[in-house]
Amino acid sequence: MWGFLTHPVVVTADINLHLVALTGMGLLSRLWQLTYPRAVVFDEVYYGQYISFYMKRIFFLDDSGPPFGHMVLALGGYLGGFDGNFLWNRIGAEYSSNVPVWSLRLLPALAGALSVPMAYQIVLELHFSHCAAVGAALLMLIENALITQSRLMLLESVLIFFNLLAVLSYLKFFNCQKQSPFSLSWWFWLTLTGVACSCAVGIKYMGVFTYMLMLVVAAVHAWHLIGDQTLSNVRVFCHLLARAVALLVIPAVLYLLFFYVHLILLFRSGPHDQIMSSAFQASLEGGLARITQGQPLEVAFGSQVTLRSVFGKPVPCWLHSHQNTYPMIYENGRGSSHQQQVTCYPFKDVNNWWIVKDPRRHQLVVSSPPRSVRHGDMVQLVHGMTARSLNTHDVAAPMSPHSQEVSCYIDYNISMPSQNLWRLEIVNRRSDTEVWKTILSEVRFVHVNTSAVLKLSGAHLPDWGFRQLEVVGEKLSRGYHESTVWNVEEHRYGTSQEQREREWELNSPVQVDASRNLSFMARFSELQWRMLVLRSDDSEHKYSSSPLEWVTLDTSIAYWLHPRTSAQIHLLGNIVIWVSGSLALAIYTLLFLWYLLRRRRNIHDLPQDAWLRWVLAGALCAGGWAVNYLPFFLMEKTLFLYHYLPALTFQILLLPVVLQHISDHLCRSQLQRSVFSALVVAWYSSACHVSNTLRPLTYGDKSLSPEELKALRWKDSWDILIRKH
Amino acid sequence: MPPATGGGLAESELRPRRGRCGPQAARAAGRDVAARAAARNPKRPARGSRRFETASRWALLALVTLLSFATRFHRLDEPPHICWDETHFGKMGSYYINRTFFFDVHPPLGKMLIGLAGYLSGYDGTFLFQKPGDKYEHHSYMGMRGFCAFLGSWLAPFAYLTVLDLSKSLSAALLTAALLTFDTGCLTLSQYILLDPILMFFIMAAMLSMVKYNSCADRPFSAPWWFWLSLTGVSLAGALGVKFVGLFVILQVGLNTIADLWYLFGDLSLSLVTMGKHLTARVLCLIVLPLALYTATFAVHFMVLSKSGPGDGFFSSAFQARLSGNNLHNASIPEHLAYGSVITVKNLQMAIGYLHSHRHLYPEGIGARQQQVTTYLHKDYNNLWIIKKHNTNSDPLDPSFPVEFVRHGDIIRLEHKETSRNLHSHYHEAPLTRKHYQVTGYGINGTGDSNDFWRIEVVNRKFGNRIKVLRSRIRLIHLVTGCVLGSSGKVLPKWGWEQLEVTCTPYLKETLNSIWNVEDHINPKLPNISLNVLQPSFPEILLESHMVMIWGNNGLKPKDNEFTSKPWHWPINYQGLRFSGVNDTDFRVYLLGNPVVWWLNLLSIALYLLSGSIIAVAMQRGTQVPAEVAGLSQVLLRGGGQVLLGWMLHYFPFFLMGRVLYFHHYFPAMLFSSMLTGILWDTLLRLCAWGLASWPLARGIHAAGILSLLLGTAYSFYLFHPLAYGMVGPLAQDPQSPMAGLRWLDSWEF
Repeated sequence: MWGFLTHPVVVTADINLHLVALTGMGLLSRLWQLTYPRAVVFDEVYYGQYISFYMKRIFFLDDSGPPFGHMVLALGGYLGGFDGNFLWNRIGAEYSSNVPVWSLRLLPALAGALSVPMAYQIVLELHFSHCAAVGAALLMLIENALITQSRLMLLESVLIFFNLLAVLSYLKFFNCQKQSPFSLSWWFWLTLTGVACSCAVGIKYMGVFTYMLMLVVAAVHAWHLIGDQTLSNVRVFCHLLARAVALLVIPAVLYLLFFYVHLILLFRSGPHDQIMSSAFQASLEGGLARITQGQPLEVAFGSQVTLRSVFGKPVPCWLHSHQNTYPMIYENGRGSSHQQQVTCYPFKDVNNWWIVKDPRRHQLVVSSPPRSVRHGDMVQLVHGMTARSLNTHDVAAPMSPHSQEVSCYIDYNISMPSQNLWRLEIVNRRSDTEVWKTILSEVRFVHVNTSAVLKLSGAHLPDWGFRQLEVVGEKLSRGYHESTVWNVEEHRYGTSQEQREREWELNSPVQVDASRNLSFMARFSELQWRMLVLRSDDSEHKYSSSPLEWVTLDTSIAYWLHPRTSAQIHLLGNIVIWVSGSLALAIYTLLFLWYLLRRRRNIHDLPQDAWLRWVLAGALCAGGWAVNYLPFFLMEKTLFLYHYLPALTFQILLLPVVLQHISDHLCRSQLQRSVFSALVVAWYSSACHVSNTLRPLTYGDKSLSPEELKALRWKDSWDILIRKH
Repeated sequence: MPPATGGGLAESELRPRRGRCGPQAARAAGRDVAARAAARNPKRPARGSRRFETASRWALLALVTLLSFATRFHRLDEPPHICWDETHFGKMGSYYINRTFFFDVHPPLGKMLIGLAGYLSGYDGTFLFQKPGDKYEHHSYMGMRGFCAFLGSWLAPFAYLTVLDLSKSLSAALLTAALLTFDTGCLTLSQYILLDPILMFFIMAAMLSMVKYNSCADRPFSAPWWFWLSLTGVSLAGALGVKFVGLFVILQVGLNTIADLWYLFGDLSLSLVTMGKHLTARVLCLIVLPLALYTATFAVHFMVLSKSGPGDGFFSSAFQARLSGNNLHNASIPEHLAYGSVITVKNLQMAIGYLHSHRHLYPEGIGARQQQVTTYLHKDYNNLWIIKKHNTNSDPLDPSFPVEFVRHGDIIRLEHKETSRNLHSHYHEAPLTRKHYQVTGYGINGTGDSNDFWRIEVVNRKFGNRIKVLRSRIRLIHLVTGCVLGSSGKVLPKWGWEQLEVTCTPYLKETLNSIWNVEDHINPKLPNISLNVLQPSFPEILLESHMVMIWGNNGLKPKDNEFTSKPWHWPINYQGLRFSGVNDTDFRVYLLGNPVVWWLNLLSIALYLLSGSIIAVAMQRGTQVPAEVAGLSQVLLRGGGQVLLGWMLHYFPFFLMGRVLYFHHYFPAMLFSSMLTGILWDTLLRLCAWGLASWPLARGIHAAGILSLLLGTAYSFYLFHPLAYGMVGPLAQDPQSPMAGLRWLDSWEF
């Protein structure tokens, strides 16, 4: 206890100067002149708008990825005191003085810088030599595409950082496993693996690929553990449980946490509200909540309602009718009923109001006490402004001739009686006597005479229908589809007896008092679902490319061009590294297959530990490349060169591994080894040279002459911008 | 047909088990047979002699086959009208009989066989197959249905033999066969003129012969080994030749072969030369043979379909020249493009058509108010254009000028023949694709401005060569803006007569949408050559038809506002397909799996995963188990694993597909799932019985379990058989309907 009296207090610190130096160089390359150019560069225009939304706490929906990535960028803005006031509309627009460019770009740049020492550590943890590890880090350091991508407000560098962190911490954990399972550092690295994986997934869905790889590797290692008969059953169970918690439960919880924070932060209504359900919108401040507060919950006979289509495709819209009738004869010669049009209209309008009427009574007001409408009840829907009731009959609909036309019935005194009875079906009911509720109930209207279902067909009516959306009665309703489901959005109890009075009432705003809450899980699942199914129309892009072009760097992206000079930022990789990375991968695969086949014939070229190292390095690096690259062939969205960068990082990690293997195991004599080392040095210097040559395009700091630019255009497909004078 | 001894399950571990378990089981059966023989199916003979067992196998096989045929052929002629997709496949069968060319997204073998069956049974190809519900009347349709039912009937016997070989257990095999025979879905699908029975026949045949050749592994290069190996290859070719779904079974056989070779490779007693022989045999039988057969079906397909028909438009101009009746057939036109030629220009992308213009302007507010340029699928005078030099307006057809050929890289002007306006583009946005430039017809009598100049380039050509009609793939590059003439494939609104939009795209990506070829070519100054010279070779035809099929498959996209079947609906039997009839007076047939069978299958998959992983973990932990249990676990892991793999391969890929999916796509997977059920329940019952009780009682428990499953399946078939054999009368919602109590899910619509 009094030891410090007898012994001196000594602090010994091991500082790996290599690591420090690599970190320093990484920081220098990524942070140097970070605020230049002080203008919107490429996809900053895209992410910037979301940062502004965060700053202003306005709800948005972005289908490109989960919210953690956007939040990381927004954190930069928050630290720099950004107020969100900037119009992100054009690439190349100058930033105004209130935009803290440095702090906005800082986090991605830091992530990019730290990837350099991490590459060093990963190769070390794979038990390859110190020299190979430095090599990997130096390659990361000079890779132009990685530098460009991490110096801007973009997410790839952060994604790569977390990918590498996941791999590194798993390796640390795996190495701990041999010596001291269940020690503090063992727990730390295991947990960190899970955390890093979920962060990677939280930044872009692409992170799932690395996560899956880590899960597979962990599963294989766990399987070996199960086979280890020196361990007791209880101990094996503890091992498995710890892994399951760290690699499955923690990531899931964290992922939910991202959304939780996201929804806490964004509580104001914004431009993307309309995509969400009424209930969701009602939970946002100032959105639908402003209108729907104080609405009666239960729909009663006599209620005035607006009915929104739950499906909302191609656009969200409300059931609508207006004075105009269907044309007597359509352009293609078919006839119509010539009754009043019923459509779906994407804007709020007084003509969207309908009155729920009890077919057995005449009055259009809510009796007191109100008589609630329940599942299975027969109702009529009376259009508020024209007092005609919703009707369908055996007449072909204008755009979808297989379905029935829906109209508001006009009595022309011909032998076509009105068929305006609908049976209400609450789709999400809990019991068969459930009451129809505002916003919460999703209902279908089934026509009593023909059992057709009221449906939004999705087709646009021609000019006579004012290009509004067509509503039809679907006769052969094949199962549940959201286009046949509606919900009440705005609602009030009608009080006016006279039509004139009612029109005035419909035009007046709805009154206000309480609010309605949706649980976090309900909001999360809706948001997540919408993000996954939202299809942005496939936008053709000048710089889009296909995965095959990435490996050989047959494509490039112009990020930014100086408004006056020809200084420009261009996403271009270091071609030497790209080509040798792919070569290393091919060599690895061939060697691996060769060794594997020979081992099967009982010829062991490598000692057991070298073989295990070789396999693990391949599983993580070559596997990392494969899982981050191959799935793109199955994707239908617009792809860009920067999608390849995570895969490239893994290739870069593989390169020194293969080189060291060749030098250690394939070079037979000392002489060969020396020659090989000399070649590697020469190769690395050429990579440095290429990197330096492309530097003006990476940093965009130097204006080159058209001749110099033309000289840089090593491939015809590189689209380097050359100003014509 | 099956080798009487059965052999091991490719691996030696199994053989000792059989040695021990077979006689034991037989002895056990022998003791109490008198008591139970009456109550049980004749699954086991009274004495455990091998001969008797063989005989009972054959007897059961005969019984299974008979039952399967009886159920499939019962009331095959009803309903006497077109049901569901018969309208397509029957029609395509007629096309083969009439030899008219058509286009379909599936490879030809299935339809060819249907056509052949129709031809042999005296159907003359005159029935129109217009829409479901049309009466066949005097037309002979039973031949085609009978053929499909014949192939469909083999599924149960094949499954029986496969499971017998995998599990060495008669009761497992019998259970599988019963599940398939009594499944209303398989039954319905086998009774009509469809591709599915043919496809499933080949898939099961491939699976059976693969299992058989695996069990011949101890006698490599023997006659049965060769027979089964090559039969696997033939079945693979058949499966792929019917539908591309056949790729999944190819994948399965491929994986099995790789595992097999890997195992052999690790056997150090085999020399590398023997290994080489093994490899070559498999390459020959499983790659070369199927490819040759598959190609042969296409050769026959093209040979038979020699007349022009409804499929012409999907194919390139050069292809169409092959078809008699097409206007390109036996036509003769000048070979090389020259100035002054009158031409039509066709887009290389499927179903886009010819470059077209007409005397209508783009409406107010849509780009410049100049003449519309579109693409149009049909032949028309307005598709004709004249190639002119960009700088002179003299008539090149004037006989005093020498003929001047158009060369790669020339600057040209295209003048619309009917309206004398030039193909023109400028910096206005295109009507639908906003990022592209508008293309118009401009100028009066061929005099326009510099925006009418286009550079003509042959794709993949560097030098100034001449341009060939039909064969050269050309791009037209606008000189001023540098954009490429293309069609976006989008349909213009009413003002554009619903023709397709033509744009000039600034993105120089090489897609088929911006590549064109010259089809008609009129130039009186040039000698005509016969188009037969330009006819594509067989490999080119093969490639093109595959491109068209893939394009067609990708084109089958679900519409947004329609209900579509999702893969997760299928195993739970969520919703069926209406084959025939809607109203209560109609003869209704509804494709729906027997829910008892399907839900049992679903349960079995979960149970298999559970028990499989327990056994695998126990083995990995090195738990010592009696030889009996070890043998049963091997059956479960290996035999069950193989069919589980089959199920996964035939099911999971559908989750990745973007095309429209239907319920019947699940049926190949369902076959594998039924086999898994058979193996699983038999093994589990044996394991339970072994764990619980002494031998006689164990036998009893096992037999009772299997028997109750069999009887349950049969009874459920009795309940649900009207789905397949047809229902008349009130719908099932109606309480008076005989099916009223059977509508267990609201989503079933019978």
